[in-house]
Amino acid sequence: MTLLEQNKPAIEVSHLVKTFSGVTAVNDVSFTVEKGEIIGFLGPNGAGKSTTMRMLTGYMPATSGSISICGFPVATQSEEIKRRVGYMPENNPLPEDMRISEYLYYRGRLKEVPRSKLGSRIDEVLEVCDLKRVRHRIIGQLSKGFRQRVGIAEAILAEPPVIIMDEPTIGLDPHQIIIVRDLIASLRGRMTVIISSHILPEIEMTCDRVLIINQGRVVAQGTPAALRREILGHVRYEIIISGDFSSLNRVVSLVDPNITVALQDETDAEGFKTVVLTTDKDEELGEVLLKKLIEAHFRVRSLNRQRPTLEDVFLAATRRSWDVIDKK
Amino acid sequence: MKHFFTILSHEVRMLLVNPATYVAAVIFLSLMGFVFTDILETFSRAAQDTSPADVFFKQFYLPVLFIVPLLTMKCLAEERRLGTMETLLTTPVTTTEVVVGKYGAAYVLYMGLWVATGGFFWILKAFAGDSRLLDPGPMIGGYLFIAVSGLLFVAIGVLASAVCRTQAVAGILCFAMLFALIFGGSYLGAATWLRGDIMHPVKSAVDYAQVLQHYEDFTRGVVDFRQLLFYFSSTVLALLFSILAVEAKLLHN
Repeated sequence: MTLLEQNKPAIEVSHLVKTFSGVTAVNDVSFTVEKGEIIGFLGPNGAGKSTTMRMLTGYMPATSGSISICGFPVATQSEEIKRRVGYMPENNPLPEDMRISEYLYYRGRLKEVPRSKLGSRIDEVLEVCDLKRVRHRIIGQLSKGFRQRVGIAEAILAEPPVIIMDEPTIGLDPHQIIIVRDLIASLRGRMTVIISSHILPEIEMTCDRVLIINQGRVVAQGTPAALRREILGHVRYEIIISGDFSSLNRVVSLVDPNITVALQDETDAEGFKTVVLTTDKDEELGEVLLKKLIEAHFRVRSLNRQRPTLEDVFLAATRRSWDVIDKK
Repeated sequence: MKHFFTILSHEVRMLLVNPATYVAAVIFLSLMGFVFTDILETFSRAAQDTSPADVFFKQFYLPVLFIVPLLTMKCLAEERRLGTMETLLTTPVTTTEVVVGKYGAAYVLYMGLWVATGGFFWILKAFAGDSRLLDPGPMIGGYLFIAVSGLLFVAIGVLASAVCRTQAVAGILCFAMLFALIFGGSYLGAATWLRGDIMHPVKSAVDYAQVLQHYEDFTRGVVDFRQLLFYFSSTVLALLFSILAVEAKLLHN
């Protein structure tokens, strides 16, 4: 590893544009990924995730803009890039008529893994991906979950510094998703990983940072927690209480003057109602709220601070970007 | 060319484990076997001017038209359809290595099939024991012609596979191009509208590309450098176009 590689971020993308016969698939995308980071690509179908990933691997040339991986520009030194990137494409294409071990051997040779190390390295990735039992099976006869793991094994085979996986968990059952998630998490710190997924909790659990793309633009990026604050910007409390509802507004405004109260119409048999309070304040208000409500002789059955999921963030971010696009 | 041998050996292996290869081999050998027995029957009835090898290799277009498309139609079209082209080209291999490696594997198999027809001559020698039937001249010339012309025929198959998305279309395109190459030359050579002075350059170019005429020369022992150059240069051209076709499809897919 040269000095040049050590000081540079793993991936640097600036003002990347890709047009297909007049249709802009990726429009001015810029982002940086540090070494050892796991980053998640989110976006609706056709947002430009796969196109961006293909350009990162050097498989597809960009219309304009620049990408550099480990300090090497993709446009001029694609040979260097190909040695440093492990890539698993969308739908994970595999040859039908080969055995897993044969396939990995062939790929290892193509990826310039020394012949002396290849055997032990194949054993290692088969172990990591839990494929040892099926190593002599023909790929065409494998179930989706096994095929997916063969794709991941192939991507990490040559121990590249950067791994790009397009929807690695698609079509897997929950048990296999956990295996793949642990596998990706085990790469943290050693390799830089970019994954795209539609399964949002997946991204939230494995990724250090999330990049939300819509219509070929980056609409939000940051850690899941930071995105929640930035995109949603408010916290919701759900309480179930009974008492004198006419005084409720006055009581909660003692806690936070800007709080909004949404009362549900139906009251249950014992006179309890569900109330949703929305506030801009990020700090925990639960305790104060509980105290004030009891002082005002409300009977409180439950109080619950709602955690917005990444799904809410994703929906809000993509909706926001649609609004921006519509206005133009 | 670091990865050429990796791809070549992999492709040969894949061809050898593929049942379609054996189907093609059986069809090829039984077809050529029938042709050979037919020739021997003719020879046993009456003495002929030429040797059996001469007549046998004259039928080279029969297997070429069917076997070459069968062997080559899959090589690039199938990779593209399955999407494995993407995984292949994101490793440190170049398009040239991929195309030349696949071409090499198809050529090795094509030649392997032809070498197997040597068994016919061996059987003839072992059982007939008639040295008049086994003239080494036309035999060597015939195999040499097969080896040299095979370079171009297989390259045309690879080109057809490079420009098509499905292997069926690639097979048909390859058949059409081979047919035009083998029979188009003699058709154009006989055409009266090419006889005029103004068409002279076209006519002389057509005369160079007479595959059937080349065959005649090879079996008579005339190995013309211009003919070798014709096959080598056309092979390089077909492979260059194949590489460009694969790369162009990456840009515009």
